Amino acid sequence: MIEGAAWRKWVFVNIPIILFVFVLLFPFYWMVITTVRPDAELYRPWNAPNYNPFWTWQPTLEHIQYLLEETLFGTWMLNTMIIALTSTVISLVCGVFAGYALARLNFPFAGSLGTGIFVTYLVPQTLLFIPLSDIIRNFRLGDSPWALILTYPTFLIPFCTWLMMGYFKAIPKELEECARIDGASRFKAMLYIILPIAVPGILSAGIFAFTLSWNEFIYALVFLASPEQKTVPVGVTSELIRGDVFFWGPLMAGALLGSIPVALVYSFFVEHYVAGMTGAVKG
Amino acid sequence: MAQVLIRNLNKMYDEVHAVKDVNLEIRDKEFMVFVGPSGCGKTTTLRMIAGLETINSGQILIGDTVVNDLPPMDRDIAMVFQNYALYPHMTVYDNMAFGLKMRKFEKAEIRRRVQDAAEILDIQHYLNRKPRQLSGGQRQRVALGRAIVRHPQVFLFDEPLSNLDAKLRVQMRAELKKLHVRLGTTAVYVTHDQVEAMTLGDRVVVMRDGWVQQVGEPLELYHQPANRFVAGFLGSPAMNFATMRVSAEQGDELWVAGDGLRLQVPAYLADRIGPYAGKALTLGIRPEDLRLATDGDPPGSVFEAVVELVEQLGSETLLDTRAGRETIVAAVEATSRIRMRDRLQLAANPNRLHFFDTATETAV
Repeated sequence: MIEGAAWRKWVFVNIPIILFVFVLLFPFYWMVITTVRPDAELYRPWNAPNYNPFWTWQPTLEHIQYLLEETLFGTWMLNTMIIALTSTVISLVCGVFAGYALARLNFPFAGSLGTGIFVTYLVPQTLLFIPLSDIIRNFRLGDSPWALILTYPTFLIPFCTWLMMGYFKAIPKELEECARIDGASRFKAMLYIILPIAVPGILSAGIFAFTLSWNEFIYALVFLASPEQKTVPVGVTSELIRGDVFFWGPLMAGALLGSIPVALVYSFFVEHYVAGMTGAVKG
Repeated sequence: MAQVLIRNLNKMYDEVHAVKDVNLEIRDKEFMVFVGPSGCGKTTTLRMIAGLETINSGQILIGDTVVNDLPPMDRDIAMVFQNYALYPHMTVYDNMAFGLKMRKFEKAEIRRRVQDAAEILDIQHYLNRKPRQLSGGQRQRVALGRAIVRHPQVFLFDEPLSNLDAKLRVQMRAELKKLHVRLGTTAVYVTHDQVEAMTLGDRVVVMRDGWVQQVGEPLELYHQPANRFVAGFLGSPAMNFATMRVSAEQGDELWVAGDGLRLQVPAYLADRIGPYAGKALTLGIRPEDLRLATDGDPPGSVFEAVVELVEQLGSETLLDTRAGRETIVAAVEATSRIRMRDRLQLAANPNRLHFFDTATETAV
């Protein structure tokens, strides 16, 4: 930064960053404030004299209590956790092996296969759920966690494969060649040399996959029907919006509690995650 | 310890014929250097010996075993890579022990071998560090250590010194040579640096476009190059070349004349140059075989040249001169006081003249 150009820094760096942070964080603030606001305040008309949407003087936990006691929120959390973890593990295992194969093994059409996998990732879920629901019905998997555990990998595996392929390609080939001369088979070289180096990439892929399946909405909405099978996004929206009545308090409490696991995962792995995204492998 | 035998080796990539009919015998305990410009097939040949590239046709034997279809791990070789290829997540000790662990050596034996190698290479204080905490030279030593703990039959080196700075490269070059003398393991070394080739090699293979140009001891290649390419590739500054016409004069005297210089062919070369009378030949003279002429020099070895550039190296002075249309570089004593645009007489050492067939470029 050029000295004496402080206003430039404000105009081009600080103010945009402040705006950006505000836009990103405001929904969370709204979520929190709505969660702890009593119903009497929530449904006050906007032209009432004491209307104040950004703050409350009577914080309450009644919405959270309602959510936990009167709805199946606990079950939804558990469902979502099981489904997200299982499909993440499945997708990671497949993605790591497929990504390695595409990056390292010379087989015919490896390049076009890689592109093909990426293209499948681009097919919108809003189209894909139609044939998939047919398949789910044929296999009689509807309204069970398996419906999601088996369909989430359809978009998670291409994603993980693509991410891992890029990461593996950035690892110098010589490391593996050296390991193979040193006496390791290709599989052992991958296990002892390549995978440990690729841990940041694997973590990034895992975090992403977990987040994607945790937040997934359409498949969960279509493939699950009974309330006790639902995931958090679907459960909260379908059980707390009844007809045209929005139960804003519990709704926001659900959104808030539902986003906590993802936030925890990110905060634990953020350093690895950043290293994975920048793909830093130093010899 | 073992010899390496290469028979009619060929490597084809899609369109490129990278290695063409290479035949070579690398003797037991020999330090063999492959040298050539980039893309000449030297690294590909090395990688085929290592088992990292498939062989299209031909045979490679290590010891008495045909290794064509053996995976790298079963060839009993060790390789040092240009970028060291140290495992970044392991300590120096684990890097060196990895090959032995893979081969299920006992812990005590692994420890003993790693300690031995670390002492030889003077890296025993770094055993617990990670590669990224080491300098380039230290990493290079670890890479060497990882190779020698295995006691392999053959060492393979793929341009191991080219990532080091100039001073360290000279130092490591000397250490490599000493290490080879001490261990006596057969070594195959690939480089594009002709100085490394000359100083390290018991014998040197010069390659170009996939063909082996010449195999021999360094000084043999230097003094008796098989063709113009070898002559020009080895030696710095490079050999001077000039196109000359051969003519027979005054009975049996043979002269060659080009644009600007005219030299008498020494008697010992007359038999070989004779058939070219009336035809063109390429003359080659190394810069150090030229000197400032004195009165005693026979007229048949002296020519006139104009100095275009003076490069003082301290130990010697390089003169870029022009004789007619030919540019001739001469290495003369550093004490000579010569300036640009001086006109001077240069004398060629008649025993060190090289002649090459202009069409085939082979030595005459």
